[in-house]
Amino acid sequence: MTLALFLQHLANALALGSLYALIAIGYTMVYGILRLINFAHGDVFMLGAYVAFYGAAMFLLPWWGTFLIAIVFTAALGVGLERVAYRPLRDSPRISVMISAIGASFLVENVAVVLFGGRPKGVTVPDVMNVKLQLGQVSLMSVSVVIPVFTFIILAALLWIVGRTKTGMAMRAVATDLDAARLQAIDVNRIISFTFGSGSLLAAFGGILWSYKYPQLNPLMGVMPGLKCFIAAVVGGIGNIQGAVLGGFLLGFVELMVIAFLPTLTGYRDAFAFVLLIVVLLVKPSGLLGSRQGEKV
Amino acid sequence: MKLARTHLLSLAAVAVLAAFLFVADTWFDAFTIRVMNLSAIYIVLALSLNLVNGFTGLFSLGHAGFMAVGAYTCALLTMSPEQKEANFFLAPIVPWLAHVTIPFVPALIAGGLVAALLGVLIGAPVLRLKDDYLAIATLGFGEIIRVVLTNTQTITNGALGLKGLPEFASTAAVWACAALAVLFMVALTRSSYGRAMKAVRDDEIAAGAMGVNVFRVKVMSFAASSFMAGVGGALLGHLLTTIDPKMFTFMLTFNILLVVVLGGIGSITGSVVAAIVVTIFMELLRFLDGPLNLLVFQTEGRPGLRMVVFSILLMAVVLFRQRGLMGNREFSWSMLSRAGLLPKSEKGKHGLA
Amino acid sequence: MASLRTEHVTMRFGGLTAVADLNLEIGPGEIVGLIGPNGAGKTTVFNVITGMNAPTEGRVFYGDGDITGRGRHEITQRGVARTFQNIRLFRELTVLENVLVGCHLQMDTGMFAATLHLPGYRRKDRAAREFAMELLREVQLESHASDPATSLPYGKQRRLEIVRALATRPSTLLLDEPAAGMNPQESVELMHFIRRIRDQFDLSILLIEHHMQLVMGICQRMYVLEYGRTIAHGDPATIQNDPKVIEAYLGVG
Repeated sequence: MTLALFLQHLANALALGSLYALIAIGYTMVYGILRLINFAHGDVFMLGAYVAFYGAAMFLLPWWGTFLIAIVFTAALGVGLERVAYRPLRDSPRISVMISAIGASFLVENVAVVLFGGRPKGVTVPDVMNVKLQLGQVSLMSVSVVIPVFTFIILAALLWIVGRTKTGMAMRAVATDLDAARLQAIDVNRIISFTFGSGSLLAAFGGILWSYKYPQLNPLMGVMPGLKCFIAAVVGGIGNIQGAVLGGFLLGFVELMVIAFLPTLTGYRDAFAFVLLIVVLLVKPSGLLGSRQGEKV
Repeated sequence: MKLARTHLLSLAAVAVLAAFLFVADTWFDAFTIRVMNLSAIYIVLALSLNLVNGFTGLFSLGHAGFMAVGAYTCALLTMSPEQKEANFFLAPIVPWLAHVTIPFVPALIAGGLVAALLGVLIGAPVLRLKDDYLAIATLGFGEIIRVVLTNTQTITNGALGLKGLPEFASTAAVWACAALAVLFMVALTRSSYGRAMKAVRDDEIAAGAMGVNVFRVKVMSFAASSFMAGVGGALLGHLLTTIDPKMFTFMLTFNILLVVVLGGIGSITGSVVAAIVVTIFMELLRFLDGPLNLLVFQTEGRPGLRMVVFSILLMAVVLFRQRGLMGNREFSWSMLSRAGLLPKSEKGKHGLA
Repeated sequence: MASLRTEHVTMRFGGLTAVADLNLEIGPGEIVGLIGPNGAGKTTVFNVITGMNAPTEGRVFYGDGDITGRGRHEITQRGVARTFQNIRLFRELTVLENVLVGCHLQMDTGMFAATLHLPGYRRKDRAAREFAMELLREVQLESHASDPATSLPYGKQRRLEIVRALATRPSTLLLDEPAAGMNPQESVELMHFIRRIRDQFDLSILLIEHHMQLVMGICQRMYVLEYGRTIAHGDPATIQNDPKVIEAYLGVG
C-alpha cells in the first residue's frame, strides 16, 4: 500500500467517523437522560437527508436552505416522537418503552417507503462539496474535508452548550438523577424535549452530509448506520458525549482501515461494528470513557 | 386413571381442530392452505420468542438469526445433490455437504439443534448483560449471523440463497409442530422449572438468593427458544421453498415480536391467537395494497403500507393496552363456564390455567 | 448446624469503603443483631455474605467451608438464606408459587425432567407443595395461596418473604429490616415469630434492624456499624450504655 493510498483511506475513515460521531451523539444524549435506546434515531437521520433532497429538488432551495428546513423538520420530529412514543411510557417497564421505540422506528421507515418509494434516489451534491482537491499525491473530494471540519465545529458548540450554559447544566442534572432534578425546579420535560430536538438536529446534519458523500437515498438507509452508531455510543461510553464521538471515530476507522488492509473482508464490513460491540460489552460494559453503575440491592 | 372434565374438553377441542385441518387441506385452495400453515409456523415462532422474552424476561432481538441457521441447516440436509448443484452455480458447494441428503424430520431436528447450540454459545457470554444491552447484543448477533451467511458462498450460496427446497412443510407437519410447541410450553411453564424462569423474570436477584441458578436457567431458556426458532425457520423455508439471507433481517424478528406483544407477553394462549390473527391480517392487507395504487401515492414497496398499519398497531397496543390481548393470563375452560357458554362443573374453580 | 464467620472482610466500591475489617461470628441457634445508622454498610455485609459481591479483602466461612465470593445460589444451597430491605417478591406469581420457588433447590430437576413430568419430578413436586402449604400455615397465609403475591398487605408480604426464605431449608437466616414499616404491636408479634421459627427450624439468625425495641428484645449479641467500621460489639445491655453507640445514633432508641 502506498502512502498516498493510505492517506486516502485515512481521510475517508475520518469523514465516516465524523458522520458516525454526529449520529452517535443523539443516541448517547437520549440514553443518558432516559435510559432509552431511541431506535427511531437512525430514521430521523434518513428523513433529514430526504427533506434536504426534496428541498433542493422540488423547491429549488440552495444547499444552506435545505440544511435549514431539514434541521427544523427533524428537530420537530424528534420532539414529537418523544411526546407521542416515549413520554406516556415513562413510568412503564423498560420493555414497553423499547417496543414502542422499535415500533416508532418501523413506522417512520415504512411511512418513508410509502411516501418516497423504495427505489433509491440520487442526490445532487452542491458544487462546493464536489471540488477535487489535490494535496501532493493524495486526491480528495472537498466533501471529505468539509465533514470532519464541520463536525468539530458542531461538537465544540455542543460541548460549550452542555458545559457552560444553564440549559446544559440542567441536561447534566437530569441525566444524573431525573427526580432530583425535578425537585430542583428544573422543567424536566422541557430539557428532555431539548435533548431530543438537538440530537435529531445533529442527525439531520449527519444525514445531509452523508448524502453528499454517498449520494444515494433509500428509506432504509438509516437502519444500519443507526444501529452502528448506537454501538459506537456504547463503545465510547453510553451517556457520555465525548464517548459517543470517540466511539464514532473509532468505528469509522476500524471499518475502513480493516477493509483497506484486508480487502477480502469487505463483505463482512457491517459485522465489524457488532463484533466490536460484543468485545466491549464483555470486557468493559460501561464503554471506553464510561463509569460503572451498579444496582442497589 | 380418571380423566378430569378439563382434559376431556381439551381432547375434544384437539379432535375438532384436527378434523378441521383435514377438511381444509382437502377442500381449500392452495393459497388459503398456505396462509393457514404459515400461521402454524408463526405459532411456533411466537412461542419461541415468548419463552425467552415473556417467561424468562430476557429481551432478545436476535431471533431471525436462529431462524436462519435452522432454515439453512435443514435445507442443506434435505436438498438432493442435483438440487444443490443447480443452486451452487457461482461456486460449488463444499464437498462434505454435496452428497448429504436425509429425511425431513431428522433434518428438522438437526436444524433446531444447530440453532440451539448457537444459542448456548451466544448466550453464555451475553446473557449476563442487562435489558437494553442484551437487546442490542442479541440484535448484533442476529446481524452477524446474517452477514456470515451472506458471505459463506460455498456453504450457503451467499446472497443468491437456496431455491427449490423440497416441499416438506405439509399441513400435518406444521400443525404437528405447532401442537408440540404448545404442549411443550404448557408443560414447561406449569412446572417448577417454569416457575424458576418466571422468578428470574420477576426478580433476578431474589431468584438467585432463593437458590435458583439464574445463569443456568437463562441459558437453558435461551437454548430451548433457539431450538424452536430453528425449527420454525426450517419450516418457514420449506413452506416458501426458497431462502436467502435477506429474509432473515431484524424485520422478521419484529414481526414475531409484534405477534407476541399483541397476544400478551407471557401468555401462551395470546401467542397462539395472535399468531393466527396477525398472519391472516398480513395476507388480507396485501389485497388492500392493490387498489391503493390508483391514488397519487405509489405504494411501491407493498410491505410498506402493511407495515405502517402494523407499526401503528404495535405502538397502540404498547401505549394503551400494554398487556396485549391476554396479558399474562391463559385460556381456561372455566372462562367459558363463567361466561355462561358451558355448564359449570363441581370443580368449576379449577381451570386449565 | 453450621456457624457463620467473617474474617477481616472489607468491601470497597471504587473510592468508597462500605465495610471495613468486619469480624463477625454467629453460633448455632443464636440471634445476632447488626445495627447502625443508615449508610453504615449493613446491607452490604449481607450482600458480601450471600455472594452478591465478592469482598475486596477478607474471607467468609460457613461451617467448615469457605464461601467467599461463591455463586449466590451455591451459598443458598449451603444453607444461608436472606430477605431484602425492599421487599422482593415475585410480582407475577401467586403467594404459593413464591414459596415454591424457594423449594426449587430441593427439587433438583433439570428442564426436561420438569417438562416431561417424570414420576420422580411429580413426587418431588407434591412434597414441595405440601411443605410450602405448611410454611404458609405457619404465618396464617394458607388461605391466600392462590392470590397474587402483590395483593397482600405490606405486613403479610414481609411474612411471605420470610417464609419463602425458609422454604430453602436454611440453617442460617439473614433478615434485612423485617420490621420496617410496622407499628409497635406488629413488631412485638414479629419478635415472637422470629423466636418461634428459630426454635422450630433450628436456625441461627442475623438481623438488621432499626427498631431498637425489637433488636434489644431478641438479640443475644449485636454488632454496631458506623461508616463501615465496627464500633461496638456485645450484649444489649453493653451496647445500650456504650458512649460511641449513643453518639453514632444521636438519641435514637
